Amino acid sequence: MITIKNLHASVEGKEILKGINLEIKAGEVHAIMGPNGSGKSTLSSVIAGRSDYEVTEGEVLFNGKNLLELAPEDRAREGVFLAFQYPVEIPGVSNINFLKTAINEIREYKGMPNIEAKDFLALVKEKQKLVELDGKLANRSVNEGFSGGEKKRNEIFQMAMLNPVFSILDETDSGLDIDALRIVANGVNKLRSKENAFLVITHYQRLLEYIVPDFVHVLYNGKIVKSGTKELALELEEKGYDDIKKQFELA
Amino acid sequence: MSLALENKTSTSQNLISLLNSTAEKNTIIGFEQIGEALQYIEASGIPTAKNEEYKYCNTDAILRKEFKQIGNKFSTPATLPSFDAAINVYMINGRFHSVAGAEKGIVISSLEEAAGSSANGALVKEHLAVHALPSSDAFTAINTAYCQNGVFIRIERNTAIQLPVFIHHITQAVETAFINPRTLIVAESGSNCTVVDFYHAAEGANYFSTHTSEIVVKENAHLNHLRIQAEKENAFSVHTIEAVQSADSTYDASTFIFGGNLVRNNHLVRLLGKNIESHLNGLIIGTKNRLIDNHTYIDHAMPNCNSNELYKGVAYDKATIVFNGKIMVRRDAQKTNAYQSSKNILMSDDATVNTKPQLEIYADDVKCSHGTSTGKVDEEALFYLKARGIGDTSARKLLLQAFAQELIDKVEIPALQENILNLFEASLN
Repeated sequence: MITIKNLHASVEGKEILKGINLEIKAGEVHAIMGPNGSGKSTLSSVIAGRSDYEVTEGEVLFNGKNLLELAPEDRAREGVFLAFQYPVEIPGVSNINFLKTAINEIREYKGMPNIEAKDFLALVKEKQKLVELDGKLANRSVNEGFSGGEKKRNEIFQMAMLNPVFSILDETDSGLDIDALRIVANGVNKLRSKENAFLVITHYQRLLEYIVPDFVHVLYNGKIVKSGTKELALELEEKGYDDIKKQFELA
Repeated sequence: MSLALENKTSTSQNLISLLNSTAEKNTIIGFEQIGEALQYIEASGIPTAKNEEYKYCNTDAILRKEFKQIGNKFSTPATLPSFDAAINVYMINGRFHSVAGAEKGIVISSLEEAAGSSANGALVKEHLAVHALPSSDAFTAINTAYCQNGVFIRIERNTAIQLPVFIHHITQAVETAFINPRTLIVAESGSNCTVVDFYHAAEGANYFSTHTSEIVVKENAHLNHLRIQAEKENAFSVHTIEAVQSADSTYDASTFIFGGNLVRNNHLVRLLGKNIESHLNGLIIGTKNRLIDNHTYIDHAMPNCNSNELYKGVAYDKATIVFNGKIMVRRDAQKTNAYQSSKNILMSDDATVNTKPQLEIYADDVKCSHGTSTGKVDEEALFYLKARGIGDTSARKLLLQAFAQELIDKVEIPALQENILNLFEASLN
């Protein structure tokens, strides 16, 4: 589904990603773990198309298309979804209007007609349940005045509404209490299928107890330094990142 | 008859001679006030950029460039626009034309008719050219001296008018024109009414309007005043709105500016009693080379009053948006709450926004604040929308709509709100 080859990226001239290689197939869940500053969020931003990042080398192929050549909105229309670490509050834009616009622009891109009002409302109703999102929140301005947990649930709600093929969860667990974490994880698990794939970026192993990954990668200093199965996450939890740091410290 | 401005003489002298030769005599304002007005114009001249109040709005240069000649020839619109469920009033080519619709408790007529009537003559005399002083501003002075038949509205004591009053301003200039429309609104004590000044787009030659409104809001009256500027690039205006409020009254004004070439508003509110509420709001979309300059002045003279001002502007292309908001809190105006906010979005590198809040406070127990911000569209929000598949144009539109929504929401007439929303969307390039 998505192939990342030798990806180098920098911010304001400083190289953050120093050659990432990763292949994710349909139906798989990959987790990327790593200490702060290792480049986890940069990787998600580069895939989603945030403009502050400059790709200096390498490529990202998404179902055969060169993702890096596409505008962020076209990446989303192709089926890439980023659940933001810090969802943005947009006062004055209602969640509903926002989602309807998004769905219709994605449909237009695919040559489909606008969604029928009643189908849209039915979809909202169905997907709200998935993340136990209060109906009132859906009618409010995007993320405005939402608690940390509500914002993250809203991200998963949007994911459910847009039905992407490849989703990146960027530290979705940060700032969540255990109940919210369970709700978010349940939502994601219900959305898992053979057709889609997930990249779960996290600092802690905790989330991976709920969203069980097929593969775990350790990102350190802009590179994937270790890959394994879910046991690797447990190992990291026990030993911390110090071993990794020592082992791969730049001389 | 058409006369050319000569460069030797001053802009004001030329304008006066042009007006003298093309306009009829003003019959509704007293000789003394006209004399005072003419004296003021002669002494002050037409404001240039050297005049602090017109620093960004060089009206002298604009008149010299665009109004060298004044023909003052007009055509009459073939059809008149109207709003459903409203009283429609027509100001055609700067003067009162007609009224369609009526409701018990509201008198709407030409100023001339009101001045000559036994029921309203005294009221006209008491208020006309009394609040908007001829010597306060050059364009108010010109209007005072040269206004022709304007509109008079009286909302009678303790009546709530159900229908909104739409004043349609339509100017179809065949030759370059200079018009001086005039409005007097008296909202008597305990009354409640909504008045909408709608400046329509019209094809034709350039025209300059000095529309001057005097609005009297008596004790415990509530006046909702909406102003919608939807004119084309042939429209140049310096409008003055002088509202005076008595105790316990509310004056709720919202100005929407989507068109016009030069749009200058002098919006003044004088709070002359206790427990007054005053709201001045504005939404401005500036495109192309437009110059949109809003000057507001809120004068707190008495205690326990609240005023609230919110102006939002979006500047595209080479447009210039100016906001100058002055709040005066006089010595007796204790327990005043006065808030002012000006927020602007620059959509191009060539657009300009100038904002200047001015607070002058002589009372010691007051709460006053002002804030101003000018920036670009929030890039984080823009990326968030794009990351959900929304294209650049739609995303910007959504964000601008969000920016404008709180002002559009203040319009309580659903059909008008929709109309404003359409004008707003159409104005976003």
